Amino acid sequence: MRYSGFRVIKEALTGHKGWTPAWRDPEPKPQYDIVIIGGGGHGLATAHYLASVYAQANVAVLEKGWIGGGNVGRNTTIIRSNYLLDGNEPFYEMSLKLWEGLEQDLNYNAMISQRGIMNLIHSDAQRDAFIRRGNAMILNGADAEYLDLPAIKREYPFLNFDDARFPIKGGLAQRRGGTVRHDAVAWGYARAADGRGVDIIQNCEVTGFRIENGVCKGVETSRGFIGAGKVGCAVAGSSGRLMAKADMRLPIESHVLQAFVSEGLKPVLPGVITFGAGHFYVSQSDKGGLVFGGDIDGYNSYAQRGNLPVVEDVCEGGMAIMPMIGRARLLRMWGGIMDMSMDGSPIIDRTHIEGLYFNGGWCYGGFKATPASGMCFAHLLARDAPHPNATAYRFDRFQTGHMIDEKGMGNQPNLH
Amino acid sequence: MIINHPLLGPRDSSEFVYLGDASLINRPDPDAEDRAQSFYEYGYLRINPAGMHRELWFHEAGDRSWLVVTRDTTTHEITSVEMARDVARAQGRSK
Repeated sequence: MRYSGFRVIKEALTGHKGWTPAWRDPEPKPQYDIVIIGGGGHGLATAHYLASVYAQANVAVLEKGWIGGGNVGRNTTIIRSNYLLDGNEPFYEMSLKLWEGLEQDLNYNAMISQRGIMNLIHSDAQRDAFIRRGNAMILNGADAEYLDLPAIKREYPFLNFDDARFPIKGGLAQRRGGTVRHDAVAWGYARAADGRGVDIIQNCEVTGFRIENGVCKGVETSRGFIGAGKVGCAVAGSSGRLMAKADMRLPIESHVLQAFVSEGLKPVLPGVITFGAGHFYVSQSDKGGLVFGGDIDGYNSYAQRGNLPVVEDVCEGGMAIMPMIGRARLLRMWGGIMDMSMDGSPIIDRTHIEGLYFNGGWCYGGFKATPASGMCFAHLLARDAPHPNATAYRFDRFQTGHMIDEKGMGNQPNLH
Repeated sequence: MIINHPLLGPRDSSEFVYLGDASLINRPDPDAEDRAQSFYEYGYLRINPAGMHRELWFHEAGDRSWLVVTRDTTTHEITSVEMARDVARAQGRSK
């Protein structure tokens, strides 16, 4: 069924009796060409691009719970492509371009809103670094704009410009950045993939891999064995837990990141604001809630909930830069599990086991990458070669010294 | 989280800095034949378990000792805390 304004009017006049489920609930077949583990944003996007771009329809997505119940439903919905390094920026800019055409591609309203993102600058050194980053973005076809202090005061008059420790000196803006309705991303990709014949199998937990003579033949699941020509893993957050079933150790630690939503307010924020120096960033959802977060808790965790010291740190950051946030009451807070990689950048690569492919290590930046991650993983699965924009995301970069370390923190995952 | 320091008693985890898996105590032999591979594995690969995890915490805002904390990564429950020095010596390290 194709969605349109006409369809909404027609259904409204006929009692909404014509709507059908957005995707099927199929029984798993015994064998697929490609099985994707993980029915989150990345897994579903991979399935969609496999079917729509790479002409692979004999594909299944296995999800242990319900689709969109993991990190694609637990993030702070921001899209942007403001990276510095060559290994990253073309990939993230491709992602932003895919976001811009996503709703038409999927025939699904994902409420993509390019309301802009702005990173605050507090010192001359930081200004130099951000202008360098802005230039790198422009060289890669993205947009970037340096905002001086009067421009920041005009656009964001509610900020605290005279904080003693971090006075605001300017900002780096990306006007094409913004926010997306995150659940709709999972649902839209699922519906589009399902429409092209992909089986989306929920409540199907992978319990092991069937590996014979170094070749992956399929997966053992809670609903029986499912054979596969190729298996792609896209379960960021739980990558360590899943790949341990294939006896793999990864250059990844799992960490918890907390996020918060205030009560609904009238529109007060023009876009996304990041206060990196104070470990705080914020945007306003279409429902009016202030959506904000900060740094990861900093210790290995699979608990999907954090601890209070980081809550205090995030709220202190918010009060320091945007004192009006103190008038808003907190509505919800939650935690999500991040694959924190050893250089802060992701991995989309083959493993040493033939037929087993890996997509993970997204740190806390996986949501914005969803379309490009799906496209590049689909390319890798279909063609057995990396997508031109994802050639740097290799497993062996830690061995060969080709790290993509945006923050320059080294192999200390809780600092990225 | 409260870390029950063997010398100082219960202390808030915010006094500590986290390093990672306690296997980082066992630095590979820099003179061994396979040193490139073993330092790569030491530096970059992690078991990253969901469940019991032995990990290094540094009491930066306290007595500046290194501790080996055994903690469940699915619940954050801490079940044992040892001095990293004692752990290393029990493994045969003398310095």
